[in-house]
Amino acid sequence: MRVALFVTCLADAMFPQVGRATVELLERLGHEVVFPEAQTCCGQMHINTGYQREAVKLVEHQVDTFAGFEAIVAPSGSCVGSIRHQHAAVARRAGRVALSHRAEEVGARTYELSEFLVDVLGVTDVGAHYPHRVTYHPTCHSLRMLRVADRPLRLLRAVKGIDLVELPGADQCCGFGGTFALKNADTSAAMLSDKLRNVLSTGADVVSAGDSSCLMHMGGGLSRLTADAGAVARPVHLAEILAAT
Amino acid sequence: MSDARDAVLARIRSALGPDPVVPEVPRDYRRAGTVPAGSPELLELLVDRLVDYKATVITTTAEGLAGDLRTALDAGMPAGGRLIAPPGLPDGWLPGADVTVDDGTLGPRDLDSFAGVVTACAAACAETGTIALDGGPDQGRRAITLVPDRHFCVVRADQVVQSVPDLLVRLTPTRPLTLISGPSATSDIELNRVEGVHGPRTLVVLLVR
Amino acid sequence: MTSTFLGMPVYAPRGVGALRGDEPFPDAARTALGNGQLRRNLGHATRTIRGKRAAVVGEVPDWEELRLAGEAVKAATMARLPELLTQLEEQVTARGGTVHWARDATEANAIVLGLVRAAGADEVVKVKSMATQEIGLNEALAEGGVTAWETDLAELIVQLGDDKPSHILVPAIHRNRTEIRDIFRRTMPGVGDLSDEPRDLAMAARAYLREKFLTARVAVSGANFAVAESGTLAVVESEGNGRMCLTLPQTLITVMGIEKVVPAWTDLEVFLQLLPRSSTGERMNPYTSLWTGVTPGDGPQDFHLVLLDNGRTAVLSDERGRSALHCIRCSACLNVCPVYERTGGHAYGSVYPGPIGAVLSPQLTGVEDNASLPYASSLCGACFDACPVRIDIPAMLVHLRARHVEERAARPVPSAEAVAMAAMAWVMAKPARFRGGERLMRLGRLLGRRADRITALPPPLSAWTASRDLPRPPGQTFREWWRTRPEAPKPPAPPKPPAPPKPPAPPVSAEEDR
Repeated sequence: MRVALFVTCLADAMFPQVGRATVELLERLGHEVVFPEAQTCCGQMHINTGYQREAVKLVEHQVDTFAGFEAIVAPSGSCVGSIRHQHAAVARRAGRVALSHRAEEVGARTYELSEFLVDVLGVTDVGAHYPHRVTYHPTCHSLRMLRVADRPLRLLRAVKGIDLVELPGADQCCGFGGTFALKNADTSAAMLSDKLRNVLSTGADVVSAGDSSCLMHMGGGLSRLTADAGAVARPVHLAEILAAT
Repeated sequence: MSDARDAVLARIRSALGPDPVVPEVPRDYRRAGTVPAGSPELLELLVDRLVDYKATVITTTAEGLAGDLRTALDAGMPAGGRLIAPPGLPDGWLPGADVTVDDGTLGPRDLDSFAGVVTACAAACAETGTIALDGGPDQGRRAITLVPDRHFCVVRADQVVQSVPDLLVRLTPTRPLTLISGPSATSDIELNRVEGVHGPRTLVVLLVR
Repeated sequence: MTSTFLGMPVYAPRGVGALRGDEPFPDAARTALGNGQLRRNLGHATRTIRGKRAAVVGEVPDWEELRLAGEAVKAATMARLPELLTQLEEQVTARGGTVHWARDATEANAIVLGLVRAAGADEVVKVKSMATQEIGLNEALAEGGVTAWETDLAELIVQLGDDKPSHILVPAIHRNRTEIRDIFRRTMPGVGDLSDEPRDLAMAARAYLREKFLTARVAVSGANFAVAESGTLAVVESEGNGRMCLTLPQTLITVMGIEKVVPAWTDLEVFLQLLPRSSTGERMNPYTSLWTGVTPGDGPQDFHLVLLDNGRTAVLSDERGRSALHCIRCSACLNVCPVYERTGGHAYGSVYPGPIGAVLSPQLTGVEDNASLPYASSLCGACFDACPVRIDIPAMLVHLRARHVEERAARPVPSAEAVAMAAMAWVMAKPARFRGGERLMRLGRLLGRRADRITALPPPLSAWTASRDLPRPPGQTFREWWRTRPEAPKPPAPPKPPAPPKPPAPPVSAEEDR
């Protein structure tokens, strides 16, 4: 199958290893990956911060870039959530009816990585080998916007050598929330500290998730703890674990 | 005041625009129970729910009611405590008991001198452990089942329905209605349930099979 | 007072009631977060109630169908509001009640004060009611020489503690048993060395209020529901204080927001299942009182219903925000909200806290007067899942943020954030500019070169680095890697033909498709 990768702006600029892992994984499963180089950002941050008018051109750019592809895959629950559940509404709000229809079409063909693997490709065992103690944080938008449910865990359970440990309070938000982390930094930090306490309680050396943004948040807190208290769990994207052999 | 009425209604109409869409209401929930009223399994469920809410339940029969009621009163009423009953309580429920029949003249403070009340009910819902009073002659006005601290309530098997929709169908909206699920309670302190605040602190249900 | 309506939304007026806080949410939250006792109290209480709710919701096989019905009944009600309110008025009047209309808090307070005076009373007993909290009725009555006694246990704790409510259902949720005991010892005559056992505290409240119930001539209540077709009012409660107020006094005054009407008696079969399980986590609350006008010989013989706007029509005028009026005040969204759990209700400033407050308060007052509330959420979505009438709070928060930004944009000088956002959108709209932006970002590598991470940044990003590091930007972006990587090996034939793409799940947090 020919798959268009939407790497997301964050992974592109800050976490290229997540994009590389997604490519390696899909190719290992026998699929052709293309990377439309015109892609930029889905505009989720603009939309969720109130800048919907400014986001219209990003929605349009996303739609123009990916309109021709049968399947679009992104290693991010929140970006796919925005594309699938917000883009058409942003276009409609701006009176762009035709764009909203095109956005719906693209949204319907855009998949978060674990959905794509389990639902579209029908695989749960991707042939990965990852001999580490891992705990998994189901990010809010994967869980409650996309309803990916236990798909990521099914994928992880099939990984050879993995020691998968349950994260207490897993469905609680890590406190990232995009610009929420800046506008309500104190509340965000309080949520993060509770999340990290749960992560550390598992004794895992890796905390995984399907969103680079939430991982950046948890990783930012863990990095601070590491500086203070020595090595603790490190953040690793789901795609990286599934790509490992 | 009609100014305010007209203004509020005009604001609403303006807010809704000329053609507000009224959506269809999907009623795919259980609109009626699957078990007939009074079925043994419903009675069992009702007892379970009532006990869960710290009500006392005594299962009895039509013939045994008077005796079991007397036993319950002997056990539950304080020595010398006065008992009140609605005007239309069936004959034979309280033979020979010292009971005041409410004539509607007693004020709140008078009612506060009663330790208990005996009534029938209008219907009961098994799934939620709820007893409905509708002010009928065998239940009386609302104040008599509120101020006295002990409520002895007789529920007939055929009054026990399965679900909330089943219960509401049996009630007449324009009557003064009270739905009772266990004795009064509060969850206001640390969200822990504590039974017994302002309403009757003791609820004894006599379930007539 | 104007009686003509010009078509612009009329918000709840300033200077009366409790819909506006003194400081923005982030500032109030910072204070609250510093209070360890408060966080422990809230954490314990919300965890307890979340567990109970989950258990009793789990035993209802048709919960989702009930939610869908509840959502639709509310939406249909809003669309038919003029007709239903008129019908309610007719029914209540026909059965011996009197209906009053109030455009705002000031008008409602004046109506109630006038009715209390007409009844010759100088004190009233009150059933817990959000509407009367919202309009500041107790303060207005006090100014008019009338004492209001709150009779709900939690409201009593708040009133005696000279405190503010912090939760819709349990206004004293921020207090633990020891704090409550101390308030009672301080303010209740004759309680002596009261213990902090919840049962003893409840009994102290019973003794304290008993005399009030037995002697009160006027009661003031809110209403959970009002049935248009029959004129029936409903109050859902637990302690029996509601029954006392609704039954014993001669005069009953019920203040109700116009959105509380439902069309038919049968609609209650939906809400009486949704509400108790969502709020206290019970199969049914201990007491529900339903009354219609006046019943001769039973209960109050003088009944007044005050229908309140106070900004509700302004909420109704926003097509994307109006479903905030569907709220049945269960407070499930508060209990599952990670922000509420940590900050508590006071930080929201308004009497309506938590997720529903963050969408309702700004719409009642105008967004500018509660501008920080739509941002008081990480958009985690837990509130939508818990809402018994499926209010899409996350989508509404996003919508209100846009309303706020767009109202601000009308000002002559744009905010720094608006300039930055516009610049970012400009950069991101074209790939060449985006690549340039990425190269610029790589300068960040200079910052993190010592520790391989960035530990301090200037404002506004200092808000991040106050408690979190940022990774050092990588030496190579993904797209650079893609361009330089050797031609990918021709993939082997797929092991099996791909399944056709599955249609996506129905939108969960998407805005209305209009």
